[in-house]
Amino acid sequence: MSAELGQTPSQTVGPYFTLRVYRKGDEILVPEGYPGERIVIEGRVLDGDRRHIEDALLEIWQANPAGRYRHPDDTRDLALDAGFTGFGRTVSDFETGEYRFVTVKPGPVPDAEGAYQAPHISLVVQGRGMLNPVFTRIYFSDEEEANQDDLTLRRVPAPRRDTLIAQLLDDQDPKVYRFDVLFQGEDETVFLDF
Amino acid sequence: MSEPLIRHYGPRAYADHPPFSYPDYRSTVKRSPTHDLVEIVQTLSETTGPGQAWAEISEEDSDLTTNTGTGSPAIGERIIVTGRVLDENGQGLPGTVLEIWQANASGRYAHWRETEFPAPLDPNFVGVGQCLTDSDGGYRFTTIKPGPYPWGNHPNAWRPSHIHFSILGPSLGARLVTQMYFPGDPLIPLDPIFNSAPPHAGGRMIATYDHEVTEENWALGYRWDIVLRGELATPTHGGAD
Ligand SMILES: [Fe+2]
Repeated sequence: MSAELGQTPSQTVGPYFTLRVYRKGDEILVPEGYPGERIVIEGRVLDGDRRHIEDALLEIWQANPAGRYRHPDDTRDLALDAGFTGFGRTVSDFETGEYRFVTVKPGPVPDAEGAYQAPHISLVVQGRGMLNPVFTRIYFSDEEEANQDDLTLRRVPAPRRDTLIAQLLDDQDPKVYRFDVLFQGEDETVFLDF
Repeated sequence: MSEPLIRHYGPRAYADHPPFSYPDYRSTVKRSPTHDLVEIVQTLSETTGPGQAWAEISEEDSDLTTNTGTGSPAIGERIIVTGRVLDENGQGLPGTVLEIWQANASGRYAHWRETEFPAPLDPNFVGVGQCLTDSDGGYRFTTIKPGPYPWGNHPNAWRPSHIHFSILGPSLGARLVTQMYFPGDPLIPLDPIFNSAPPHAGGRMIATYDHEVTEENWALGYRWDIVLRGELATPTHGGAD
């Protein structure tokens, strides 16, 4: 197949998407009474001056704890969970820049070489002052062994891998993982192209 | 265990999209990556995506002139915006979630944030709508033509009339947020956001006036197609052992 039509260009989401594209509750992926262990993922989106982006749009997409995506292409014989879509949205706080998702840790998803990937969540970030989305992945600091074998992480230069690993905070119930998205500088988050 | 379908999407066409940093749109300069993106191999995590899993959409959601539910219609020039969501191979994409938001006829957003632009709100217009594409990738909205509005990017800066579109297509990689513009708008050549798209691709964001879509004694019609990333090759089956 060769491309016949040109892709429609991306434009900024601007400051007014909260009229529609985010609704309160979109950041909670697990319904009331969901059996798995809830986790919190939180952080900030910071620009090149390390100031927060006032109202960044963050979207996550993930498999359920069994490792299955709610999508017609994922035909694996694994359970789907009622009420769990694997998609969440939130907006960082205008004043503090903090965002927060409540979800579950995803299960194993196959990689391109017949093995399994380390548990991860895909993250798409957009905002005013951004003309394109940026794509990244959230991995987990308490999955050290799986992270070492992960094909995607291994494509990232070693000194930058930590930018993709959410840090488990001490003594929190439910578990809280911290994941900041940083633009520019030495510690810029790794953004992915696929 | 049955193996998942692995599609192979073509690349994001960077030459058709704006650059990350575009100094004429000032705030992009500090909100753009400076390292190269890291290219990864597509897996189910990239070739699947939200879309249909997400949508709860009713018929009324696509008529912004009445979906406020006040019982009175919105004020302004009533228009129909219709078209198809396609991939690069020309294939219509059914079940795609479209969410739109826009200013009212006087250029004011019904947003909680204060604005210094003294344009009136319309109690019968919120300016948000959504719909799901049909089996052919088709969509249709009825709305009000949005007014231009000022913004703080540079002295006397005005955005041309535009409707924001969020598109959740078949895969995460196809995620697109864009804006639709109106033909003949004199503000388009002055707009750094429009101009951030490469000149050869900018016109893809401008709708066409279509008299066939116009309904007698009711509304003017515009046609606008949206093109997302397409598949490069036939999908394969592949899972983990
Ligand atoms: Fe706008």
